[in-house]
Amino acid sequence: MGRVYVAGVGLTKVAEHWERSLENLMAEAAVAAVRDAGVSGVDAIYVGNMVGEVLQEQAHLGAIISEAIGMNGVPAFRVEASEASGAAALYSASMEIAAGRADAVLVVGGEKLSDGLAEEVESALMMGGRNDQVAAAGASFLSLNALLYRLYIRHHDSSEEEVAMFPVLSHEHAAGVPHAQYPFKITLDKVMASPYVAKPLRRFETAGIGDGAAALLLVGERLAGKLDSPKTELHIAASTDYLSPFDREDPLFFSALARAANEALRYAGIERGEIGIIELHDATSIMAALSLESSGFSGKGQAGKMAHAGEFNLNGTYPVNTFGGLKARGHPIGATAIYQVAELHLQLTNRAGKNQVDGRKAGMAQSLGGVAATAVVTVLKQA
Amino acid sequence: MRVPRYWRNLPFIYRLSGWRCVECGAFHPVKPIVCSRCRSSEFQEAELPKTGRLIAYTVLKSPPKGYEEQAPYIVGLVELDDGTRLISQIVDVSEDELKEDMRVEAVFRRLRSNDERDVIEYGYKFRPVID
Ligand SMILES: [Zn+2]
Repeated sequence: MGRVYVAGVGLTKVAEHWERSLENLMAEAAVAAVRDAGVSGVDAIYVGNMVGEVLQEQAHLGAIISEAIGMNGVPAFRVEASEASGAAALYSASMEIAAGRADAVLVVGGEKLSDGLAEEVESALMMGGRNDQVAAAGASFLSLNALLYRLYIRHHDSSEEEVAMFPVLSHEHAAGVPHAQYPFKITLDKVMASPYVAKPLRRFETAGIGDGAAALLLVGERLAGKLDSPKTELHIAASTDYLSPFDREDPLFFSALARAANEALRYAGIERGEIGIIELHDATSIMAALSLESSGFSGKGQAGKMAHAGEFNLNGTYPVNTFGGLKARGHPIGATAIYQVAELHLQLTNRAGKNQVDGRKAGMAQSLGGVAATAVVTVLKQA
Repeated sequence: MRVPRYWRNLPFIYRLSGWRCVECGAFHPVKPIVCSRCRSSEFQEAELPKTGRLIAYTVLKSPPKGYEEQAPYIVGLVELDDGTRLISQIVDVSEDELKEDMRVEAVFRRLRSNDERDVIEYGYKFRPVID
């Protein structure tokens, strides 16, 4: 298999972009990534999007994006894997480079949640669970997270104050980030004072509703040497699990994430301890804790304690969500994984501005679909 | 939910009736092609027990479409007497009367109302067992 490099990134600000369309946001990010890489064309386009068919009543986003960026003729497809759709598109794109079929592939993730009412968005995001049975209970994604949160606190004798540290951490890092939806700090007291959405899960422990698009330009070895743009080396792995966490042997262990993380490290040829930055799928505070524990960066029941001890700060052992993560940078579903990898790329190519974490040679981005029924893990290394 | 899809799921959501894997004993709400746990393809019709215990619960305040009138409502993780775990609404009880580990039983209730093209859905929910 040939090596795969990230050679360009493009991001829109995450916000409620009332005046702009999904297509328009994705085209902006795509064109920015192509320009950042300095390529004149691409061999294929992969689009990550989850709920466009529901909220925009629009399928066929592959051909729509190729047209929107003036690249008619290029093969283009949308890839879907619930909230991990962007990562699934990245996975597919990187395989085409690794197989030697393409020299340059564009990956675009985009989502526009503000076109829907709050209850429509809740329903659309429930499509990541098995809808025939779980939906009958009205059990939304957040309610399943709340049940995991209860089990976690009871099993580990942990506390809400421990778990609720993750949104504080994400907001700390988002402060002043131009593309973040919520670029300001919040205190633990403020998180704890926010109303319950599904007890013990509070409003400020969940990612908000936003629109955004992000793009990556991937190249293979043949083209990498000819481009002046800064590059990182990409390794990616994925796994699946039972749709419902309560059908798994241990609901508090995301085994798909564990498998994907181990595989991605193996492909990259590095140890876990060499990972210098982690972008987590913190759709909720409890998912952040379970993700760190399942991927081996924290002991079971220890993630919240490590967060309080500063281990995940920008100057900590494993800096986490260095631009704010899902909670504060924002979570435009199908775009989220592309933001994560783009942010790692900015870090590893020393373009992270005031959030620059120095001296780190590799980073990991974790993307989860549903309650970790799909896990896609990307490791970026300095080229 | 549209009529054909609702109809396909009726045995399970009305009676907790489904299929048990002959090989490993796993319960499946709808007859699968192969068992997700052991890949066997032999199944027997089976009805789940109607009682169990409440493992964990939450009160959901931001409902999905079709559940707006019921919100806030209680979503529980129930372990039935045969060990099968279900997600269900917990009814006929207020939040402060709930206790983890309490006995619960299935009841037949209205699930959700949808737009005019869809059916009004009925099915199981759980409530505390009154001694
Ligand atoms: Zn079986």
